Amino acid sequence: MPEGTTIERNDTGYPIYLDYQATTPTDPRVVEAMLPYFTERFGNPHSRNHRYGWEAEDAVEKARAQIASILKADPKEIIFTSGATESNNLAIKGVAYFHRDRKNHVVTVVTEHKCVLDSCRHLEEEGFEVTYLPVKKNGLIDLDELRAAITEKTVMVSVMAVNNEIGVIQPLAEIGRICREKGTYFHTDAAQAVGKIPLDVNAMNIDLLSVSGHKIYGPKGIGALYVRRKPRVRLQPLITGGGQERGLRSGTLPTPLCVGLGEACAIAEREMGEEAARLEQLRARFYDKINARLPEVYLNGDLEQRIPGNLNLSFAYVEGEGLMMGIKGLSVSSGSACTSASLEPSYVLRALGVEEEMAHTSLRIGIGRYTTEAEIDAAVDQIVANVSKLREMSPLWEMVQEGVDLRSIKWAAH
Amino acid sequence: MAYSDKVIDHYENPRNVGALDKNAPDVGTGLVGAPACGDVMKLQIKVGADGLIEDARFKTFGCGSAIASSSLATEWIKGKSLDEAASIRNTQIAQHLSLPPVKIHCSVLAEDAIKAAVADYRAKQGKSREAAE
Repeated sequence: MPEGTTIERNDTGYPIYLDYQATTPTDPRVVEAMLPYFTERFGNPHSRNHRYGWEAEDAVEKARAQIASILKADPKEIIFTSGATESNNLAIKGVAYFHRDRKNHVVTVVTEHKCVLDSCRHLEEEGFEVTYLPVKKNGLIDLDELRAAITEKTVMVSVMAVNNEIGVIQPLAEIGRICREKGTYFHTDAAQAVGKIPLDVNAMNIDLLSVSGHKIYGPKGIGALYVRRKPRVRLQPLITGGGQERGLRSGTLPTPLCVGLGEACAIAEREMGEEAARLEQLRARFYDKINARLPEVYLNGDLEQRIPGNLNLSFAYVEGEGLMMGIKGLSVSSGSACTSASLEPSYVLRALGVEEEMAHTSLRIGIGRYTTEAEIDAAVDQIVANVSKLREMSPLWEMVQEGVDLRSIKWAAH
Repeated sequence: MAYSDKVIDHYENPRNVGALDKNAPDVGTGLVGAPACGDVMKLQIKVGADGLIEDARFKTFGCGSAIASSSLATEWIKGKSLDEAASIRNTQIAQHLSLPPVKIHCSVLAEDAIKAAVADYRAKQGKSREAAE
């Protein structure tokens, strides 16, 4: 682990954090870079007539260049937003609204983040047509299906770079090539991809790309949208006002947050290779130990086309929320229905064809910058102990041990 | 979601986990719920010659509230007559465990499991009586 990247906690007793796809702590080096812009350098970056404003503007522009650099883009192509949710809304609705006279069709994927799916639902209510591509069992889209879905009315294709639940990486370069051939824009929600995998908007023919601050050890409340200039992508702003950010996103820029996002990108760009190798090793350690000690554990999503910091496992015959209650020393998330307000199991896992009963038994393990080997080992011990205990009290496990085929039983849905 | 102390207690120290011989004539077995819904309860009762429930066991696939509801159910029905056991309401279980509204279905399942076990026992008794006649 690079120096200066540990986070000291004064109070002990906190669970081990293994939920890095939900959010990440802000890197102390990022906080350090942000601090002056809360106090002595508090100027409005849009104040053109005095030193306070210039100083803030310089800081914001440096951050913009840092974000552009990790995407291999031009700084002029970066728009600051409040986060990936806003970026996705702006990309999808903004492009669709601008081109609505000529084109009325959007292609996306069933496993997208809710903010993409919901933006598409809104477009449908306004008369647009949306195609939701299915995914294969490994979580990746079928490129032939994508090709077939694009028509001359298709204004954009929106496919996430990395899935937030199962960590799988979509074939961005191939998707970009198809979109370019067909003359439609390619937007990608890269909230979970920036700093985790190399991205190149030109090599991958990406026209719009959403960035989140808090998923990459930056602050919460800031994100960015890359919008291609050559050839120029036109979009209609959703937030209007003083015309900041080339008129695409009005509102005074939050200088400290912009600086934080920039610094987070700079660190990620510098350390990505080393970090990925370290996380991959930790993940392999976790996965191998679990498999050695527990039967009937199933991986959800492709193992190869996956970011190193994610595992999504189904522990058959043990319900996810019940399991989470046992592994008190770990902070993870589950695809079980019981952990969500909707009482529906994860729509992402369902889209992979994971059966509902298996979706209920899933845990998402997110490994990140501050995870240690000792934490991985402690996590394995807790999970193994609790899965074993809960299987002993699972009627399903008992029936399977007795050789009963669970599918032969007529279950009463409730 | 924060669990009540009683739910945590039953989850961490579940009462009467295990299995009785489901083929024994004095044992009734109830299996309710569905894996696809994330909850399955198996509750068993052993009925003495005096008609009282002398032992009860459960196994549950489900969340902490489901495990606690079935654990509590086995505790409550021990020593009761079949009619008394079958008259336990889910609302009593939910109230005792302070279940939040989204977990009420766990208590419903526990009530159903008791009723199913009692019904299974009675069906077995009916059959053996028929066989004896």
